[in-house]
Amino acid sequence: MEIMNATDTTLVHLLEENSRIPTPELAAMLGVPAAEVEERIRTLQAEGVIRRFTAIVDRSSSGQAEVSAIIELKVSPERDHGYDRLAERIARFEEVRSVRLITGTYDLHVLVTGRDMQEIARFVSEHIAPMERIRETATHIIMKSYKENGTLMLGRDGGGERQPFSF
Amino acid sequence: MRDPVSRAARMIPPSGIRRFFDLVQTMDDVISLGVGEPDFSTPWKAIDACMVALEQGQTSYTSNRGMPALREQIADDLARDFGLCYDPETEMIITTGVSEGLDIAIRAVTDPGDEVLVAQPSYVSYAPCVTLAGGVPVPVPCLERDRFRLVPDQLTERVTPRTKALIMNFPNNPTGGVMTASDLKAVADVVEDHDLVLLSDEVYSELSYEQAHVPAATIGTLRERTITLNGFSKAYAMTGWRIGYLCAPPELADAALKIHQYVMLCAPSMGQVAALAALRSAKAEKDAMIEAYRLRRNLFVEGLNRAGLVCHMPEGAFYAFPSIESTGLTDVEFAEQLLAEEHVAVVPGSVFGEGGAGHVRCAYAVSHEDLVEAVNRIERFIASLADRPALAIEARQPVT
Repeated sequence: MEIMNATDTTLVHLLEENSRIPTPELAAMLGVPAAEVEERIRTLQAEGVIRRFTAIVDRSSSGQAEVSAIIELKVSPERDHGYDRLAERIARFEEVRSVRLITGTYDLHVLVTGRDMQEIARFVSEHIAPMERIRETATHIIMKSYKENGTLMLGRDGGGERQPFSF
Repeated sequence: MRDPVSRAARMIPPSGIRRFFDLVQTMDDVISLGVGEPDFSTPWKAIDACMVALEQGQTSYTSNRGMPALREQIADDLARDFGLCYDPETEMIITTGVSEGLDIAIRAVTDPGDEVLVAQPSYVSYAPCVTLAGGVPVPVPCLERDRFRLVPDQLTERVTPRTKALIMNFPNNPTGGVMTASDLKAVADVVEDHDLVLLSDEVYSELSYEQAHVPAATIGTLRERTITLNGFSKAYAMTGWRIGYLCAPPELADAALKIHQYVMLCAPSMGQVAALAALRSAKAEKDAMIEAYRLRRNLFVEGLNRAGLVCHMPEGAFYAFPSIESTGLTDVEFAEQLLAEEHVAVVPGSVFGEGGAGHVRCAYAVSHEDLVEAVNRIERFIASLADRPALAIEARQPVT
């Protein structure tokens, strides 16, 4: 997709906020026919602008415990490939939720999830740490999450007591 | 005991929909489209700035006119956004919400017996404030056939030698109507011909969806006879902070300031701090809220029309003002029955004065989910009316 027009931009924004809004409602908001909305979403997916529709889950509320850790890696870049080949190898592991090249003391910032701390420790020591070109790792267990993907995880906002009527 | 209540206090009408409040209290699943305020919280940057100021002990009175930094920032923004120039030293007062601004503006210009034209449908406080100031409110209807704009013919018909001022509000609560520059020019001619003062409540100025808002004071020479009122409640979701502002030429501003000094002293200091932070750093948050209102408006108005009501597309504020005449019910009956049967709260248009009857005000500043559910309930309600024609016909009988 070369350039997203204003309607695409608004559509993407709406879906980022809530990907379950039914098509007729999106159509009414955007002022275009429902069929056009469907077509635009298909195109956005085909072009890789929209990668996946998913849900943001608060594990602490779900009762299904999960442990996450941030793993920072110092890496010796490869001639011709830089960090890309190693980063892609790491990214392919199921346990890895995100991989990012960053500035600063470390080079790669990796988010890993597992059932418990042992599982993460084993994964890092067996699969990540021994990789060639990794010079140093620092693992930070996430103790509590306050905001994920722009969504507050603080319990539901009270919002005060709104009156039923005001003029 | 002699009557302890003043005649003026007796004269002003009580809220028209007290019984609606009572009915709502008995229900636990009401979707309220009756609230004239954003459902968003104040942008966090404003809240955070206020907390810092409180921790530093900034809890004193401010200058009567309001914090100089806030006035300067407002003046800069008005000049940048609208080409509207006011001197923050002599032509501006920070008020405790637009409500206070209106009150002191009305009192600053009204002598006992003066007639004050009030463009209606309108926010409910204009006429009572005129009455309390000893003036006589004279409603001027803005009709649906004029897209709820104020047209000069309606004004000239009502001007008398006692007419002192005109109060208007665009973008409008409750109709969502807006005025273009040429609409304003036509009104300006009447105002100038009859030497009136214009009180222009522009609190919804940021919520103009189809075209940039045009402040009345930018039209011709209106500035010299206009009091512009605005505030932070709507655009920045800051209703509870109670911060507004009044802009006027020095003579009018000084008169309003005297009243403000005696009745209010100054606007709340913590609210002023938050308002300044909002202007300086929450533009992106404000723009995102306005875009959300625009999209909800599209969704809601389409839904109302699908449900069988006739609703023009409101160009500003966050209200839809559909006609409910096709149902055969009055606006009060419609609102009462919709609340009783489907637990959706709307406000009967007649509450907002002349030109409002036969409509209901629906605030679409509620969540997407609530809006969709409200439309479903309204649609079901209207369908149920069709199944009981006898009731509808009965409701249409004139009162004898």
